[in-house]
Amino acid sequence: MNIVVLVKQVPDTYSERKLNPSDGVLDRDATDAVLDEINERAVEAALVLKEANDGSEVTVLTMGPDRATDAIRKALSMGADKAVHLSDEALAGTDAVGTAKALAKAIGTVDGVDLVIAGNEASDGRGGAIAAMVADVLGLPALTHAREITVDGSAVTVKRETDEGITMLSAELPAVISVGEKINEPRYPSFKGIMAAKKKPVATLSLADAGIDASEVGLANALSAVTSASPKPPKSAGEKIEDEGDGGAKIAAFLVSQKLI
Amino acid sequence: MAEVLVLVDHLEGEIKKSTFELLTAARTLGEPSAVVVGPAGTAAKLADGLAEHGAEKIYVAETDDTAFLTPEVSVLAGLIESASPAAVLIGVSADGKEIAGRLAVRTNSAWLNDVVGLSADGVTHSVFGGAYVAEAKANTAHPVITLRPGSVEIEAAAGAGAQETVTVSVDGRNASVTSREPIVGGDRPELTEASVVVSGGRGVGSADDFGVVEGLADTLGAAVGASRAAVDSGYYPHQFQVGQTGKTVSPQLYIALGISGAIQHRAGMQTSKTIIAVNKDAEAPIFEIADFGVVGDLFTVAPQLKDEIAKRKS
Repeated sequence: MNIVVLVKQVPDTYSERKLNPSDGVLDRDATDAVLDEINERAVEAALVLKEANDGSEVTVLTMGPDRATDAIRKALSMGADKAVHLSDEALAGTDAVGTAKALAKAIGTVDGVDLVIAGNEASDGRGGAIAAMVADVLGLPALTHAREITVDGSAVTVKRETDEGITMLSAELPAVISVGEKINEPRYPSFKGIMAAKKKPVATLSLADAGIDASEVGLANALSAVTSASPKPPKSAGEKIEDEGDGGAKIAAFLVSQKLI
Repeated sequence: MAEVLVLVDHLEGEIKKSTFELLTAARTLGEPSAVVVGPAGTAAKLADGLAEHGAEKIYVAETDDTAFLTPEVSVLAGLIESASPAAVLIGVSADGKEIAGRLAVRTNSAWLNDVVGLSADGVTHSVFGGAYVAEAKANTAHPVITLRPGSVEIEAAAGAGAQETVTVSVDGRNASVTSREPIVGGDRPELTEASVVVSGGRGVGSADDFGVVEGLADTLGAAVGASRAAVDSGYYPHQFQVGQTGKTVSPQLYIALGISGAIQHRAGMQTSKTIIAVNKDAEAPIFEIADFGVVGDLFTVAPQLKDEIAKRKS
């Protein structure tokens, strides 16, 4: 099987994230960047399928600035075979619609793709629909929020799990899958894997290389615009007391004073 | 006045609350037209409720096609073409966002996602768990707007509810649904819709001890939440996780038991109207955003609070 995994570098959710006050775009320099956790699960899902199907190949695809190479290396050190890095200054500030179109073009540079796997929702944008949008552009079936993936010949089945419940989905390959939190526990890269990753091929693509129309990407061509962004004044601390055996009663009294009970 | 399309979310013949919020919000932009996509006979069950909440038109798109979410996307894309709506409103949910994203990319429309307020001038987003407020606007006609549940106060209004049948054409390659098991709501309110949330953290110490969190929640008629630390330790299921990698909640009252208050958690609850914290550690960051904090053992404070509330109720 020929599998492409979409990965994304995101601000670490354990650090404080900021928006750039001038254009309302995420300030990626203000925070530590990491391979999004859900992407590690997507890579793991691809590796599991590769191991079960001889002759498979896993390509990691990311769109992002130069430093997104760290995310690529992490995925390669886990066991992916090669990477495509779509990197062009013109991509900065691209919205979700433009991103889906650009990713679809970049996927098109990989020959004979059977399966595209992505995380179900990145921890920064949280649009939660890029995989389905890419599928729509490519005219492929989208099997999203996968908790289980089964591939049998040319048929793929996914157990989709969301807050609303479980849905069993089936489709013919090629297809696009997004994975949820419960799909697997991603492996840690071994020392051997980390060393091998340094020698794996990474193709860097510009807009022109991928055949992306420059009028469909970038902040200036975004279909929506942030007109203002401001940090909310931090909530200030209220009263804090030591429990002297009546802590629960004191909370109750506070709730009564606030008319909450 | 221009039409505003509202995608109706429904389960087993019942309209979901989020749809009434959409119909209310739609009236600030134009005339609400409800779009019902579902198996034959669906619209008949929903029509009265939709008209009572302001739907002037009801587009009836009934199909037994099993293509996953594609009927919704195709029907809305067709109506964008034929009705030139001012906007398309869809509720934020896993399905809602997927339909919205596909519709936006297919029709080259702006997608304004996870909006908490809207007006003729634009929309309001609450970003990074409420740390930022951003205003945004669409640069295209017919923007697709997904509205976060609980953002709008529902107002009933009589609408004509004129039904119009829409043909559903599903083409292309699609995933098909072979079976569904919807989650039937438990006794507690839905976490993201609850007006009171009681959450437990690492300080709860074990899955069994989460009973103290549940006990307090049930006395208050509250939803139960958990911090990432508690979920990762296996004390409580992931679907109840509040925080950056879980749910974002904004209830009237949030009670944090044994939660230190890492940014990861605060991002999911700091827009709560009133925050109460109980933690042994006087230095825990949760106290920085708590309206009332008790430094103490949650296993004595929470049961006492529960008894006090029960006393007042009786």
